[in-house]
Amino acid sequence: MTNTLHRYGSAESLDDDYVVFAIPARGLNERDAPANQRRFLEIARKHHPLNMGDASHGAAFRPSKDLNPSVHWHREHRCDFDAVLNSVSSPTTVAAVFDDETKVVAFLKDLKKADLGLSINISARLDKARACAKSAGLQRHSVEYSLGFFGQTDRMADRNTLELSTMCGHGMVSFGLVRKLIDWIKQGRRSPEQAAATMARFCSCGVFNTTRACRLLRK
Amino acid sequence: MEHLNPRFVRAVRWILRIFRLRFDPEPDVCPTSAIVPDNLIWPRIVRRAFSDPQVTHESTGVHGRGTEEVKTNDVTNRVGIGEVGYVVEFGRPTIGVRFRDIEKMTMELAKLGIDFESRNPVTHMMTDKTIGKIRDDILDEKILSAIVEFKTPMQMMASVLHQIEAVSRTLDTVVALGVSTRCDEDGDSALDSLLLEEGFAYVRGKTNLGLGRAEAS
Repeated sequence: MTNTLHRYGSAESLDDDYVVFAIPARGLNERDAPANQRRFLEIARKHHPLNMGDASHGAAFRPSKDLNPSVHWHREHRCDFDAVLNSVSSPTTVAAVFDDETKVVAFLKDLKKADLGLSINISARLDKARACAKSAGLQRHSVEYSLGFFGQTDRMADRNTLELSTMCGHGMVSFGLVRKLIDWIKQGRRSPEQAAATMARFCSCGVFNTTRACRLLRK
Repeated sequence: MEHLNPRFVRAVRWILRIFRLRFDPEPDVCPTSAIVPDNLIWPRIVRRAFSDPQVTHESTGVHGRGTEEVKTNDVTNRVGIGEVGYVVEFGRPTIGVRFRDIEKMTMELAKLGIDFESRNPVTHMMTDKTIGKIRDDILDEKILSAIVEFKTPMQMMASVLHQIEAVSRTLDTVVALGVSTRCDEDGDSALDSLLLEEGFAYVRGKTNLGLGRAEAS
């Protein structure tokens, strides 16, 4: 799940981006992990996340095996939270994405009360994550900093593409896909919301922030 | 998937081409369900392990890039106070990397006397951890991304980061760099100021909230 560490963008651009995730430590607290991870997702759901996912079994935005040619003109872009909840069956990483600090704080308070025993992390702006933790009565245990990209950075895409593409750190939202969807929006063939949902479907861990994507696509 | 007849799709595309129009299917759908994953054998199979986020790394039992880093530090105490954990990630975002480039970095880092994290998929591919040598049969395999992990005392951080920066300029890919540490009892991190002093800016990261605990055996 380093897939949420290196999101490209300025501090302002990352203002509405919070990924809260739960992970068991291999060999140390895996036995009850699936039940606790389901509980994590149930609690998250109460706080209206934008997206949720299980790293092994997929996200709330997911591809469908039952499509027909009409999807070329109309496709429902809905979040299937039930599918995520029902698919957790083995120790994995589960995540919920929020765009609002107050929801994150309320979620953390509930997690503290639930005492799941899993490691809970916030992937967000470090100052905001610390503030959320403090408001929820929690103290930072450890912190990991993203120092950015080095090496042949001229091989990377332009800033706008990177801001969208790096929201799936596993590289499932390619530069080409982002460019194609931006073109479609410019041509009026997709709305920003539809394009954001399409990108989110490729991120199987469910950490793609559709609110931030819409905001960036509207620019 | 739509499971459309390939001949039908080809015919539609051919007719549209006459009128200089294009058949542009909904992204994520192959209209004829033609994309089927191959069964890979060694050494090519490492491409799947290091590129498909839904495949578990057998060496660590973790999905994605197979690392836990400080995400579980509240349970494992992997990185302590006064120590710095490093995650040096190659090929991200979406550029990809060959193991040969990763080896260039690991061999340079090994010269600094660092110990590579044992619970890490790249370390498992090493034939000699003391010099950072990766097995020869996978050096030309290209993968989407991989992470090298290790930790050092805080005093070594500046030299390690500058070494990574220098070596990354010689690689044919990009390197995403992350560092981590354990916070003190007030939640403060010694790295906050140290990183800025060394010229490394940061905005975003991961914050472990310390709610994890090991199960009673």
